[in-house]
Amino acid sequence: MARRLLVIWFPRLASDTSLRSRPLGGPVALTRRQGNTDVLHCLNLDAETAGLSRGMGLADARAILPDLATRPADPVQEARAQEALRRWAGRYAPQVAADGPDGLVADITGVAHLFGGEDALRDDLHDRMARAGIAVQTAIAPTRSGGHALTRHGGGIVLDGQVSEQLGTLPVTALNIPPDVAGGLNRLGLTRIADLLRVPRAPLVRRFGPDVMKALDKMLGSLPEPVAAPPDPPHFGVRISLPEPIGLTADVMAGLDLLLTRLCHKLAATHMGARRIRLELGRVDGSTARLEIGLARAMRDPARIAPLFHKGIDDTHAGFGIDMLRLVATVTEPLLPAQIVPGQNRGGDEMSDLLSRLGNRLGFDHVLRCLPADSLVPERSFRVVPAAYHDAQPFPYRPRPARPALIFPPEPVRQTRGHPPTRFHWRNMRFSTLRAQGPERITPEWWQDDPAWRSGIRDYWRIETSEGPRLWLFHTPNAPGWYAQGRFP
Amino acid sequence: MPPASQLQRPQPDGRLGPSRRVIVKILPDPAIGPGAPFLLAPARVHEAEGEGRRTFALFQTLQHAGPLFWVLSQHQASRPMPRGLPPGVAERLHIVEARSETDLLWATEEALRSPVPGLVIAEPAKPLSLTAGRRLQLAAEAGQTTGLLLIHAGQGSNAAETRWKCDLVAGPSDSTRHRWNLNKNKKGTSGFWTLHWDGTTAACHMVSETGE
Repeated sequence: MARRLLVIWFPRLASDTSLRSRPLGGPVALTRRQGNTDVLHCLNLDAETAGLSRGMGLADARAILPDLATRPADPVQEARAQEALRRWAGRYAPQVAADGPDGLVADITGVAHLFGGEDALRDDLHDRMARAGIAVQTAIAPTRSGGHALTRHGGGIVLDGQVSEQLGTLPVTALNIPPDVAGGLNRLGLTRIADLLRVPRAPLVRRFGPDVMKALDKMLGSLPEPVAAPPDPPHFGVRISLPEPIGLTADVMAGLDLLLTRLCHKLAATHMGARRIRLELGRVDGSTARLEIGLARAMRDPARIAPLFHKGIDDTHAGFGIDMLRLVATVTEPLLPAQIVPGQNRGGDEMSDLLSRLGNRLGFDHVLRCLPADSLVPERSFRVVPAAYHDAQPFPYRPRPARPALIFPPEPVRQTRGHPPTRFHWRNMRFSTLRAQGPERITPEWWQDDPAWRSGIRDYWRIETSEGPRLWLFHTPNAPGWYAQGRFP
Repeated sequence: MPPASQLQRPQPDGRLGPSRRVIVKILPDPAIGPGAPFLLAPARVHEAEGEGRRTFALFQTLQHAGPLFWVLSQHQASRPMPRGLPPGVAERLHIVEARSETDLLWATEEALRSPVPGLVIAEPAKPLSLTAGRRLQLAAEAGQTTGLLLIHAGQGSNAAETRWKCDLVAGPSDSTRHRWNLNKNKKGTSGFWTLHWDGTTAACHMVSETGE
């Protein structure tokens, strides 16, 4: 069957989407920053008829049209709109790909009769786009380049086998070649595509490089040019609508079990595991309750995920009843299938279950683990990180210099006598020194702005008191004072 | 006072050792374990109070293999410092911060109920009710996990298996002395020991009272 491609071009995609969300009358232009000047990025119809064009400087445009309204261009929003249109165009063809920043190409081979023919299909598309307020130009052709060229020159339908006849009248600028090459061809008197077909190929290739002939061959179909539609990323969401509203925890949990089974099948099919899962409970009155849980590691086991939702569902107010459940895995990670050996230790699973349970109630940033860090400053000699997101690392064993087993923010030591102090008050208790080891001088890290270290260098002493406690005191010579920061066993 | 036979072992020739100061090194016997009199009964919840209760907890971390969970209040300033912990403990340690006392008890119960942790250490700030203590015991039995609650003096629960009063004692220059009193023991006798433990090894050295 002959290949039929539908090429869609949105001449004013950026301004149309911007005006769709925030309508505005009169001439409107989107501007973008280019070097030191603002230039026009996209114009609406009023501005175009007033004589403005794309790429024109904003100052020039204002001189021509003083009441021009402008907005900054948003490339992210534009790309999002194109992607939305690409998904929408899936109604016409199974394979739709982006064609440049403001176009689409769809493979409609064998599809057109479902819409009553190619003319009817184009009319349908133009009607829908006109209702949406987005300017559009379409062409149906056997080749992608041919369709692309025709959309820029009025659109239409190219019948199979008549490409060179129907497209031969187009100017050479319609080919996908740089403007200076097209200018060179014009200077030779080759203004139409049909002119190129009559001259010998070899001298043209020698003069303009192989790209001209390649572009021509692609348009005529002697060089293939695939649609190459990207595969849709898998969507990890499932929903269920209930004929009658429910309100009991057990009923919601039963519905959740159904959804979880389906979601976990989806995850298993793509070898993924969920890290965060959101449950949306739609009430009869249209309001929605959202519950979100986190998992200590990627998993797709319904029996282990369901209990984590129990408390949240129990606390949720059902209102007049819940008639819609939606479950989305918002964060996923690759998870390869693992061989389960009977009798094998499942300690890893139980550990992650425990971390998930603790993390979902207390917050994952309150279930912590320590990692080694490379610093001599006691507070920064280790990092405290969420246990769910970091694996344990071995700490190098360094017996010296001695460090306390417990550390706390520096607390001032008062009524000190001597250096190191022979007597001092700390936490409203009186201590006398039995033995003192030190000093160990630690200098602040100048590249870190730590308020606690503004007092400068510290001389650390290990003080054994005759009352029992063995303390880690330090003295700050720059701002004289004694502080306690740790306790030895 | 522990019985004299415990501290002063007969020498091979039959006479007693020097009476002034006897140090009995507890050998790492696999049947008894390196920390013999201070081993906590497994699958039970124990309590420790006094100034040296955290040192006692550190000593216990060396007697238990597997992951360690230390449940404490979010506002608690005093935290374990990995560089100062006994070797091999920092890698296994998980610190759980609780926003409230209820959360703290809940997290302790959850950790005890799981079979994964080797030891669960918790620092409740308020007196433990009998109900709370009993719940923790049941959770420890369900998960076959040992728990150690570091309580303020006199704030324990009657459900505790053992209760220790731990104090730091000043000693000679080569010794870091501790006095650990076993005040309550559901399945045995009480007693008190003075010992030397430097915070790095699983074994400790007994020090006789007469040596003071």
